[in-house]
Amino acid sequence: MRSIWALISGLIFGLGLIVSGMVNPQKVIGFLDIFGEWDPSLALVMSGAIGIGIVTFNYVDKRVTTLLGDDLQLPTNRTVDKKLVLGSLIFGVGWGIAGFCPGPGLVSLGMGYTDASVFVVSMIVGMLIYQMIRKDRR
Amino acid sequence: MHVNWDVFTPWSSLLGGCLIGLAAALLVLTNGKIAGISGIVAGVFSARTQELGWRAMFLVGLIGAPMIYGLYADLPQSVIQTSSIGLVIAGLLVGIGTRIGGGCTSGHGVIGLSRLSSRSLVATITFMLGGFVTVYVINHLSVRMTS
Repeated sequence: MRSIWALISGLIFGLGLIVSGMVNPQKVIGFLDIFGEWDPSLALVMSGAIGIGIVTFNYVDKRVTTLLGDDLQLPTNRTVDKKLVLGSLIFGVGWGIAGFCPGPGLVSLGMGYTDASVFVVSMIVGMLIYQMIRKDRR
Repeated sequence: MHVNWDVFTPWSSLLGGCLIGLAAALLVLTNGKIAGISGIVAGVFSARTQELGWRAMFLVGLIGAPMIYGLYADLPQSVIQTSSIGLVIAGLLVGIGTRIGGGCTSGHGVIGLSRLSSRSLVATITFMLGGFVTVYVINHLSVRMTS
């Protein structure tokens, strides 16, 4: 039952990315281009998502279990360090180059764009490279 | 700053954002998980893959969304102007960066901010700045990344 809900959640998430326009890299780059012909639309995507998010997580953070009675697994890490800033900066540069972040990349893959598959495969390779580097350090 | 009102889509973007928020709410209320896409993907490809089930189901829903959308309406067209080598570089940076920083637009930008996490606020400001500067360099200093 739980995994059916995960499927529905992924589906609604994907529909949200399509409806909002975030799935289109040109629109994302239009938002990031604050010194050019700026398209503020994505600020509204964030507003809608965070609006619902604040209400939801305000409720969830008071709970111990899910509605189905299982344990909640929420991040508790509040550390602000160099790693957080460096990683986010690297991600931001990658986001700016192609206009793809992980979600829209995957949805575009489902839309059949070959370019999106180049992005998604490279992203997964990037994640694997990170794992290898981290393992070496242990 | 000059706003291009011709391409501004306030209502569909707000509606889409609400759907994203709804999806995140549904996942945490039923599965107790955070809908952070980079984390979900990384979890599937991790050496110590845990809880593959819900991750795989979520990703099937995400990638299958265009098919469902296409049953009811024509899919909007995307414009991807980045060259293949640009897409490879972008993908590598997004993959590595989201792992070092522990999240992306969804995990930090939507859910972290919704939970008023200072960590996610710093991450979101940083990746937004990274994106603004990168697009500025490519679009206005004419660094070629397009094909």
